[in-house]
Amino acid sequence: MTALTSTALVTGGSRGIGKAIAETLAQDGYQVYLTYVSKPQEAEAVAAQIQARGGQAKAFPLNVGNAEAVTRFFAEEIKEKVDLAVLVNNAGITKDGFLVRMKDEDFDAVLQINLRGAFICMREAAKIMTRQRHGRIINISSVVGQMGNAGQMNYTAAKAGLLGMTKSAAKELASRSITVNAVAPGFIETDMTASLSEEVRKTYEEAIPLKRMGSAQDVANAVAFLASDRAAYITGQILAVNGGIYC
Amino acid sequence: MSDVAAKVTKIIVDQLGVNAEDVKPEASFVEDLGADSLDLTELVMAMEEEFDIEIADGDAQKMLKVQDAIDYIKNR
Repeated sequence: MTALTSTALVTGGSRGIGKAIAETLAQDGYQVYLTYVSKPQEAEAVAAQIQARGGQAKAFPLNVGNAEAVTRFFAEEIKEKVDLAVLVNNAGITKDGFLVRMKDEDFDAVLQINLRGAFICMREAAKIMTRQRHGRIINISSVVGQMGNAGQMNYTAAKAGLLGMTKSAAKELASRSITVNAVAPGFIETDMTASLSEEVRKTYEEAIPLKRMGSAQDVANAVAFLASDRAAYITGQILAVNGGIYC
Repeated sequence: MSDVAAKVTKIIVDQLGVNAEDVKPEASFVEDLGADSLDLTELVMAMEEEFDIEIADGDAQKMLKVQDAIDYIKNR
């Protein structure tokens, strides 16, 4: 029997931080499986670009908010098909609004995808990784999950929740040589932050000791480190990639 | 050995990496076969998959020895 291909699964890999993570892990030699929901062309373009550079990548439509679809995806595409070396829980949405105006549905929708989606993916990955006796799980949290943010009750709850799950999973899976860590990006140049007004952007930059927003690549570099052998003794940690904001 | 016993033995051997001859009916999963709590959970999941059943947590906690698991599955 031939060895299974060492694979990194990146949820929400069609753009922004997820795209940079997919590209960086592909450069590091992993076959990359990236998932997408709304942007099939962009996801396929990321996969095609990785292949053009000599890497291996495939894009899959998968809504992590749909537990049944996630379970099916792991059964059909991952289990006994690849060596699941790395899972990066990156998929996320925002539905911002002030507390007094936030609708139940907007709270639930963000928790459903950003927190529960990561939980389902971790659960299905852990079933496979415990048998493999190795694996790396990296959850993409956020600086706002650590320090709070007006207008993001739902998003910050999910991102803070990811930190708790990261620490619990790290303890549960340590005996199987599986590490679980979180990366908490600060203010990063992506579609999600491009819509900010110049004024808001200035305010953010003033608050960052390095006086600039980060790039998706800055985050991807941290993920690649945690995925690598160099991080074998690091688990249950939060690596902040935020230009020096202390929280 | 019954079919069930043979299948259960195989699951235990695969899951715990022990020798088939050590998987005696009276063997305790934890004390004799070296299983930790996560191993026990994985064993239950493997048995659920093999026999297409659901094993409640309360029932799983009563399976201390190999024979307990065989009896449980035979009585389902």
